[in-house]
Amino acid sequence: MTPRELVLATVRRSLGVTGAEATRRSEVAARLAGHPPGVVPERGQLEPAGRLDLFARMVKAAAGTVERVADMAEIPAAVAAFLRGHNLPLAIRHGGDPLLSSAPWKLAGTLEIRQGASDGADLAAVSHAFAAVAETGTLVLTSGADNPTTLNFLPDVHIVVVDACDVVSDFESAMARLRSRFGAGVMPRAVNMITGPSRSADIEQTLILGAHGPRKLHVIVVGKP
Amino acid sequence: MTDVATHAATSPRFKDNAKSALADADLQNALKFVEVNFIARRREAAERLPEFDALRDSARDIKDHTLAHLDLYLEAYENRVVERGGHVHYAVTGEDARQIILDICRKLGARTVTKGKSMVAEEIGLNDFLAAQGITPIETDLGEYIIQLRHEMPSHIIAPAVHLTKAQIESDFRRVHAHLPAGRNLVEPTSLLTEARAVLREKFLAADVGITGANFLVAETGSSVIITNEGNGDLTQTLPKAHIVLASIEKLVPTLEDLSQLLRVLARSATGQDMSVYTTLSTGPRRPDDPDGPGEYHVVLLDNGRSSMLAGEFRDMLRCIRCGACMNHCPIYHAVGGHAYGWVYPGPMGAVLTPSLIGIDKAGHLPNASTFCGRCEEVCPVRIPLPRMMRSWREREFEQHLSPATVRSGLAFWGFFAKRPWLYGVATALAARLLALAGRTRGRFSWLPLASGWTRHRDFPAPQGGTFQAQWNRQRGRLARPVGQADGPNL
Ligand code: SF4
Repeated sequence: MTPRELVLATVRRSLGVTGAEATRRSEVAARLAGHPPGVVPERGQLEPAGRLDLFARMVKAAAGTVERVADMAEIPAAVAAFLRGHNLPLAIRHGGDPLLSSAPWKLAGTLEIRQGASDGADLAAVSHAFAAVAETGTLVLTSGADNPTTLNFLPDVHIVVVDACDVVSDFESAMARLRSRFGAGVMPRAVNMITGPSRSADIEQTLILGAHGPRKLHVIVVGKP
Repeated sequence: MTDVATHAATSPRFKDNAKSALADADLQNALKFVEVNFIARRREAAERLPEFDALRDSARDIKDHTLAHLDLYLEAYENRVVERGGHVHYAVTGEDARQIILDICRKLGARTVTKGKSMVAEEIGLNDFLAAQGITPIETDLGEYIIQLRHEMPSHIIAPAVHLTKAQIESDFRRVHAHLPAGRNLVEPTSLLTEARAVLREKFLAADVGITGANFLVAETGSSVIITNEGNGDLTQTLPKAHIVLASIEKLVPTLEDLSQLLRVLARSATGQDMSVYTTLSTGPRRPDDPDGPGEYHVVLLDNGRSSMLAGEFRDMLRCIRCGACMNHCPIYHAVGGHAYGWVYPGPMGAVLTPSLIGIDKAGHLPNASTFCGRCEEVCPVRIPLPRMMRSWREREFEQHLSPATVRSGLAFWGFFAKRPWLYGVATALAARLLALAGRTRGRFSWLPLASGWTRHRDFPAPQGGTFQAQWNRQRGRLARPVGQADGPNL
């Protein structure tokens, strides 16, 4: 027996099954295909404006910051203002994301733009979130050339742009969007769900921001829902 | 039984461990934080979410369903991983898992591996093994990094260095980071963290292989899920050539919706956060147009006795999502900390799990390290009946003749009377009278024959009045008299 066969055989012996039972198989297949929701909290079930407010509140509760802008044209100025406000060099890195690439960065004057994955030398990165969850103030980012995963973790400051229409009530809604974008059962290499900046409480349970990931997380919500 | 060769358990010495823990001033200082912080934070988080208890039921049901169909979910999960270009390796024992990981590292010519926090890696003694084979493992979770510097085991499943004070950590950093200026200021926790961040950044960028655990494995998509606050797990798995996920088989959940249910109870129960900072779903290696991510993705599925646990009365323990709430609420853990338990898993969950994994003959003291106050079960997000299972272990210990002779003969003596209610009543009434008579001047005893275990630490009160049984009978006699129209429940 291979180790695989041995483990599966012991599991089956313990459960008193053979693995061939049609009812068990159909039950599992149905759950995987139907993915029934469980208990979904009331908290996020709000009309669009209330949902955005909840999202902003929860991001702040997780020690992140939030601002809102009317459209993409305002992004460069907002990014530059945030960097200046924190005495950071006017330089960012972002991926090939169409929305970020088409932003009028020139409007921000001397802002230096680098593109692609991070090698750890960047102080600030800008990403475009796939979605955001109001329930907990969580950003959902997907890997790939558009928004490289390294940008989420290596820079000191992470600025995340999210479209107001992509702020959903709860995790279940975010999962449904992933499914409809990538296909049932299919996922991008990495889905990063991010709630606030990196932190550690490993030294005498004192909470300190900026453990291994970004010390600051700034969210820019674009447009109206 | 499972192999624990590289990770010698000191569980058989629990009593001595506990004694030295109680006398350790640094430890006692550090443990105060557990009791104060964790309990309050969890309570506040639970109170903020009206559906919290309903979600706990849901979490329990999801885990039960998954365990009852584990063979099928393992197959479904494996298919998805393979479809996405990943590799799945089954490991029957800890030794098998270590060998599989070593082979992957050797093939890649790996010299250093970074590691995200993984209790399963602790369980199989992975670090010592890799080091002995010439591969340097580097823990990257701050708490794990600190205890690795000290060659210790974690003392808590989510806060591995919770037993240490700032001053102890400072002196470890000065000892190990000897290349840094001796006069630097490390007084504030922030400066310690900044130093660790800088030292570990280099290691992240240089590592050949990254090893993480998994909080969950999702059958629907073939994803492994890690949850951290620091972001260390993500750097561990994103930067090197290969990502190895080491996970035990009970980490499976069916769907993304099921995962959502469990996420809602995990962080709240663990740290009192609504969500931990980073929850990452990883599925397969780097895709053709990905600019980053590991080139290889391996999952090592460890059994190590769990498939057998599915059969018996300890199956419920496999629901555990390792939140740590049971130890955070345990008066024994508060008193002695995690190391006294002598192996990887401390607190009530360890008291149940450790005997299953290393044998009741070695871990027999652990299920006895309980006051049976029941708080662990009250707070467990997947409602594991921990006290009941500790009792089951005690019964087994007794049946297998592992309990000490004094306990056995004492119980046999008591059992003789307990089986004869009339004799029991007479004997206890007599004993109570004698004790009351003997202790009538002081009202307490500082020494009693056969009870030195008690009287060595505190006085034994002299009985005041009749036995409980006698009082109960009197009381019942009064209540049984008809009092007009009774509308209470029939007794
Ligand atoms: S037994 Fe329950 S409370 Fe304890 S760690 Fe496991 S899930 Fe958490």
